[in-house]
Amino acid sequence: MEKSPVLVAAVTLTGLIVLGFALPDWAQFLMTIALAKGLVSLGIVAGMRCGVVSFGQGLYFCLGAYTAGLMSRWTGVTDVFLLTFLSVIVAGGVGVIFGPLLSRYRGIFFAMLSLSLSMILFGALAKTTSLGGTDGVNVAAPTFAGYAPEGGALATALYLFIVTVTVIIGTVMRIVFDSQSGLVSLAVRSNELRVEYLGSSANGIVAVSYVIAAILGGVGGVVTALAIGHVDPEYAFWTTSGEFVFVAILAGYLSIPAVFVASIVLEVVRSFSNLYFPNTWQLVLGVFLLVVILVRPDGIGSIKLWRRRESAGAAEPSA
Amino acid sequence: MNDIALETKNLVKNFGAVTAAKDVSIAVPAGAVWSLIGSNGAGKTTFVNMVTGYLHPDSGQILFQGRDITRLGPRTITRAGICRSFQIPQLCGELTTIENVLVAHAINRSATPSFFRRANETEEMGRALALLERFKIAEYRNRLMGELPAGVRKLLDIAMAMTGEPKVILLDEPTSGVATEEKFPIMDLVMEALSAEGVTTLFVEHDMEIVTRYSERVLAFYDGRIIANDAPNEVLSDPQVQRYVTGTPLTAS
Amino acid sequence: MDLLLVILIDGLIYGAWLFIVSVGLTLVFGVLGILNLAHGSLYAIGAYAAASAVGLYFTLGGDVFPLGSYAAMILAALLVAVVVAPILERGLLRHFYHRDEVLGVLVTYGVFLILEDVIKLIWGVEPLFVFEPYDLLGTIEAGPLFYVAYDFLVIAAAVVTGILVWYFLNGTNRGKVVLAVIHDREMSQTMGVNVDRVFMLAFGAGVFLAALGGALTAPMISVSPGIGVNVIIVAFAVIIIGGLGSIEGAALGAVMVGIARAASVHLVPELELFIIYFVMAIVLVFRPEGLFVKTQTRKI
Repeated sequence: MEKSPVLVAAVTLTGLIVLGFALPDWAQFLMTIALAKGLVSLGIVAGMRCGVVSFGQGLYFCLGAYTAGLMSRWTGVTDVFLLTFLSVIVAGGVGVIFGPLLSRYRGIFFAMLSLSLSMILFGALAKTTSLGGTDGVNVAAPTFAGYAPEGGALATALYLFIVTVTVIIGTVMRIVFDSQSGLVSLAVRSNELRVEYLGSSANGIVAVSYVIAAILGGVGGVVTALAIGHVDPEYAFWTTSGEFVFVAILAGYLSIPAVFVASIVLEVVRSFSNLYFPNTWQLVLGVFLLVVILVRPDGIGSIKLWRRRESAGAAEPSA
Repeated sequence: MNDIALETKNLVKNFGAVTAAKDVSIAVPAGAVWSLIGSNGAGKTTFVNMVTGYLHPDSGQILFQGRDITRLGPRTITRAGICRSFQIPQLCGELTTIENVLVAHAINRSATPSFFRRANETEEMGRALALLERFKIAEYRNRLMGELPAGVRKLLDIAMAMTGEPKVILLDEPTSGVATEEKFPIMDLVMEALSAEGVTTLFVEHDMEIVTRYSERVLAFYDGRIIANDAPNEVLSDPQVQRYVTGTPLTAS
Repeated sequence: MDLLLVILIDGLIYGAWLFIVSVGLTLVFGVLGILNLAHGSLYAIGAYAAASAVGLYFTLGGDVFPLGSYAAMILAALLVAVVVAPILERGLLRHFYHRDEVLGVLVTYGVFLILEDVIKLIWGVEPLFVFEPYDLLGTIEAGPLFYVAYDFLVIAAAVVTGILVWYFLNGTNRGKVVLAVIHDREMSQTMGVNVDRVFMLAFGAGVFLAALGGALTAPMISVSPGIGVNVIIVAFAVIIIGGLGSIEGAALGAVMVGIARAASVHLVPELELFIIYFVMAIVLVFRPEGLFVKTQTRKI
């Protein structure tokens, strides 16, 4: 039985909203950050489905975050919907410029060139004192179409916002992954020569996935900035991008919920390690990553692949 | 119907000091079935690669239905109506047999496939299954590429090329790597499908039995040149061809 | 005219440093097919080890012969290579030689995360200072300008490193085997080359060169957590410009980036951070895989 994606979305959304009211403040905040960053990793997953891994999504995460910070500072715009929309325009716009250039590359070139792009933004922001230099800028508290909550209500409002955005984007991406275009992406991952000889552009497909990833990165950045209330150039630093890749690898490219679960796992590990072993949390992360790569190279979402293979075997005629 | 489907004029291609094509000129009438023979390195695959845009000739011209396609890439040439298969089947290894066909159909429908139309919707699955059935490989529909027998891989590779609804098709060694007893059944299936749609066909082949049985005309390549271009029996009895390509037939002892 | 000279000298100093920190990265990639993201951490470990070694040297009465501190630095780098390289290569990397290159990036990213914290566990988070070796050689007058002589030592070290690596690869039998592996791994294996040994050797050399870069830099900076994080970025730019796996390419790339950066520092300081990527972008437009790598068409 195929489940309707809209039904799944409605159930998930309801569950997450209920969960939000049940969670203590710190966990609610952790969820907000984890889901926002999960969106960035979901963008990397979209690329992985065409066979490329972007090590530079910090670029778009940072662009989204600074869009929120600078708009509130320069124009006084604090509306979360408008800020998200603007971030999509900025991040998507930059993605449209670099997508076609990067789509000529694969493998480590794609990974490292995308990383270089994010480091350019990092360098530019760190050097630009009018944008706060390495200290960054503070982000004003967001408003929600005129509603201006404070304190706990603000945190909850932001949680509800990111939950809704996550479920909508997750559902749309599920539909895209299951679409004809989504299947052709997997074909590019497998054999792009064949894709070219069927009459489609492998580079074009990679470029589109890059733009999608840019937009998701921008949305993740804007929400993270609003939740934390501060942005700095570290958002574009390559180690930030590395964490997004970490989550994408942990999740694998088959399951969308797995991406967000992996992101939550990362944030939980980070906050506990920060509390109890402030100087070794990266070590924990590194060991974790190596274990995942060694034990389950397709990520935690790959459980689904096994199921698919089994069902494929079951559908085999007995003759 | 004596329209020329595919014409090449004085194609030249060098790889460093190696000449892969020297003055290759042919004119293939629409609906014809020709074969290309020659020893390894004679320039057959280079010719296929040039016509389908993977390589560009150093000089010369390639015309498809009178239109110059010399400088176009594989994608544009495929969409124009020249498709090809590969000596080593080019399949999408992480996908199942039917998914490979779904990909081919989706791309044939549009170079930028739909983002919202489900890949496995009933109508598309039906079309894909019909194609697999036509090539008698439907029982393998849910297998991954690594699990397919060589003959099935060959047929799937050609079936995918057929989804482009080609006017001209180039088959690069359609029976290489296939068990001897499977060769004729495979060629029968493929040729039947191609002639049903009147596709102009060029195939590269080493097996002279297949060449004589399936092609109307044979091009013999040697050292980047065409040394013979005639009906199969004429070409195979040509002393030059015997010397450089097929070898002198052993006289019965 | 003076400005030109300044740019040239500054550029060569920076380029020399770049060469030392990048050559190991490109060597390891060429032989093992792994782009080692932990290269910067190895550099940092080299810097810390050198700082400790120099500190120890002077505590143990090295003041009698201060120049011996240079030997202490090099020995520290060697020690790092001997200790760290086998653990990483035998324990981890060898499982990834015939796998996707991106997987190598991810694995070494994990190693990077681990090493960054291991450094803090061993040496703490307080910065270390060892200025003695830097001041030892005094200053050199070049026209109207004064340079710390140690800076020229870095150039000399780069030249010596370059010559030694070149001589090893082209002048010795073992080196020719390494070159053969860089050129065609599978072919070398079928020809009977003990690829495992070549990999160990190359990775050991790569770690040593990274650590040496750190060791030479230690007296010029405050050795503190995170110093290796940026190194991988500039080193990567250099080896992309030269072509991944090309030693000559790393040398040319390092000089190009060094001079471009020096020019930018003196002429348009705002662009200092961009200039590396600018050079990289220009090169990639004309040579999509770097200066010394030829783009090859896949055979079908």
